Amino acid sequence: MEIVQVVGLGLVATFLVLVLKEQKPVFAFLLATFTGVIIFLSLIGKIADVLHVLTRLAEQARVNTLFLETILKIIGIAYIAEFGAQVTRDAGQGSIASKIELAGKILIMVMAIPIITMIIETIVQILPT
Amino acid sequence: MPYNVDAIFQIAGIGIIVAMMHTVLKQMGKEDYAHWVTLIGFIVVLFMVVMLVQDLFQTIKNVFLFHA
Repeated sequence: MEIVQVVGLGLVATFLVLVLKEQKPVFAFLLATFTGVIIFLSLIGKIADVLHVLTRLAEQARVNTLFLETILKIIGIAYIAEFGAQVTRDAGQGSIASKIELAGKILIMVMAIPIITMIIETIVQILPT
Repeated sequence: MPYNVDAIFQIAGIGIIVAMMHTVLKQMGKEDYAHWVTLIGFIVVLFMVVMLVQDLFQTIKNVFLFHA
């Protein structure tokens, strides 16, 4: 029952943040960040299991490892960017959060360039000249 | 949940105690000491959070980016 633990942790942390926000808002913000990191860390083990299964399946199906690696990197970039943007938005800096999300999108696009190149080259080869 | 949840209570406790000390020192008329206490408490908590965030980023790198 991991979900009960996560929800309980969230409720306790929310209560503490409410108490702390009256006195010192900075500490309340740090506490909220800390709680978010702990919840994410407790979940990432499950994600790792799923990714191991995916990797094994891809090896069995003899998929080009470039594709799987790129997809995993893109998912990782998305997670990190989302986390950073949420923490920044919690602190009230919505504009910086938007820039972080923009950086995430651009980096994902850069990651996807090799695959797009491969697809377009394949299509060009198939097309009759 | 393998991570130490006690750290949450530690941070909340540090915040409450620092707020109390700040109030008491202010009542005694030692404003500069009060600000130092706040700053040091903030640095301690920030250090804890930064260590955990570094752990998180390292884990994300290991899981998603294939030890890149």
